[in-house]
Amino acid sequence: MGGGANKPELIVNGKRLDGRGFDELRPIKIVAGGLKNAAGSAYLEWGNNKVLAAVYGPKEALPKHTQDPEKAVIKCRYAMAPFSSLEEHNRSGPNRRAIEISKVTKEVFENVIMLEDFPGSEIDIYIEVLQSDGGTRAAGITCASVALAMSGIPMTDLPYAVSVGKANGHLILDLNKSEDNFSDADMPIAIGPRTGDILLLQMDGDLSKEEVGRGLTMAKKAGEIVSKLQMDALRAPYEKILERYKV
Amino acid sequence: MQPISVVKGEYVRELLNKGIREEGRGMLEYRSIGVKHSVLQNAEGSAQVDMGSTKVLVGIKLDMGEPMSDKPNEGNLMTMAELLPLASPEYETGPPSPDSIELARVVDRGIRAANVIDLPALFIEEGKVWNVFVDIYVLNYDGNLFDACALAAMTALSNTRMPKYDKEKDEVIREGSLGKLKINNVVTSCTYAKMGNKIVLDADGAEESIMEGRVTIANDEKVVRAMQKGKRGAFSQQDIEHLMEKSFEKSKELRRLIENAKGE
Repeated sequence: MGGGANKPELIVNGKRLDGRGFDELRPIKIVAGGLKNAAGSAYLEWGNNKVLAAVYGPKEALPKHTQDPEKAVIKCRYAMAPFSSLEEHNRSGPNRRAIEISKVTKEVFENVIMLEDFPGSEIDIYIEVLQSDGGTRAAGITCASVALAMSGIPMTDLPYAVSVGKANGHLILDLNKSEDNFSDADMPIAIGPRTGDILLLQMDGDLSKEEVGRGLTMAKKAGEIVSKLQMDALRAPYEKILERYKV
Repeated sequence: MQPISVVKGEYVRELLNKGIREEGRGMLEYRSIGVKHSVLQNAEGSAQVDMGSTKVLVGIKLDMGEPMSDKPNEGNLMTMAELLPLASPEYETGPPSPDSIELARVVDRGIRAANVIDLPALFIEEGKVWNVFVDIYVLNYDGNLFDACALAAMTALSNTRMPKYDKEKDEVIREGSLGKLKINNVVTSCTYAKMGNKIVLDADGAEESIMEGRVTIANDEKVVRAMQKGKRGAFSQQDIEHLMEKSFEKSKELRRLIENAKGE
């Protein structure tokens, strides 16, 4: 967001700088599993983003005062590695931005995890961004969804997230870093595909009512692709096993 | 949570099920809002907002500082929120909680996205810019901090003295005849709470105790500038489209309050 005087053109000849169309996702690769100690884990590459997610629990919530006698509590950490961006070395651990993202990410999963099944316990969701190129919160949520499903924790939906933005008057899907830096608006969205519920919605910049509406529709359409990739990733390890026992 | 608020929460839930709110308030109606500007003298700008029993104070200070490395020709806007322990039995001392960080960042995002402050104009000289500190003090919690704080921040910024920098003496002049901080736009926010299939504007503390989902929509006269969904509950696309519509209507009331709270 922002830019100022030396704002580059983000759309040239009806194409984005990386050659994508307005409603085109970057290439996404999801691998379920990978971290043995975790109850569930996943690795995701989304364009140049590289994200790792792991889930621990359900286990007894500690310290004790964090327990909820009626349901499980989720503890979520989204953090960017100090070496994750092209700019200078970051301080490690969550900054204010990361704390906010951790909070809204936690709220996404509070909606879909059947927390009432595990009173008194905690479920830990860790999202580590190893390499960032715009849209890391969407990548993190999409990845953590797969890790959660992998862990077998009962959920009512498998959320995905994607961001929509605006550049040179056009709505564009899935902003990369340079688009994010110079766009006129950015709107990350997380959706539960089964219900169509909006589980995360943030936005800054300038968008008309109509543009927000169109952006949401755009996100849902792209979500069909992301959802399929998530499910394929979850199926893959089992297909390998099937393969092995094929007669 | 205090036992009394559990009881109160159940009471407002019963009311909402009947389609009513306490004191006969409409579903999309604000409580009475009091806005006072320039309530402090030493701060360059200040405002106090009372929204029902929610009471917040915003103080603005301008200091000379260094620009951010990625924006060498712009001043900085820094927004912080303190959920003071005196404001609620639920608040504790300690490092900023995720709630206070979210509050500050959502208020900040509206102001920034709407270009309320002309940040490039706060450039002084190479390596020197003005830092604008927006400090939000929550004095009494009774729900809807987002709108109260956004309103107080906007009112305070609209009534902020612009200090001068004396190059020869290398000092900041904060008194005497000073101009005002230039304000380019007015942004306000409307925050809705969802419980079951009911959506209300400006939830009070009891309503927030049973709130499942929350969405804040910040807009100026023409466009939406910032949004934030919070809590476990979800919203449908139709909900969001409807609430944007309502926010454009409701924000007129809020803008009028800011307009009326303007000194010389």
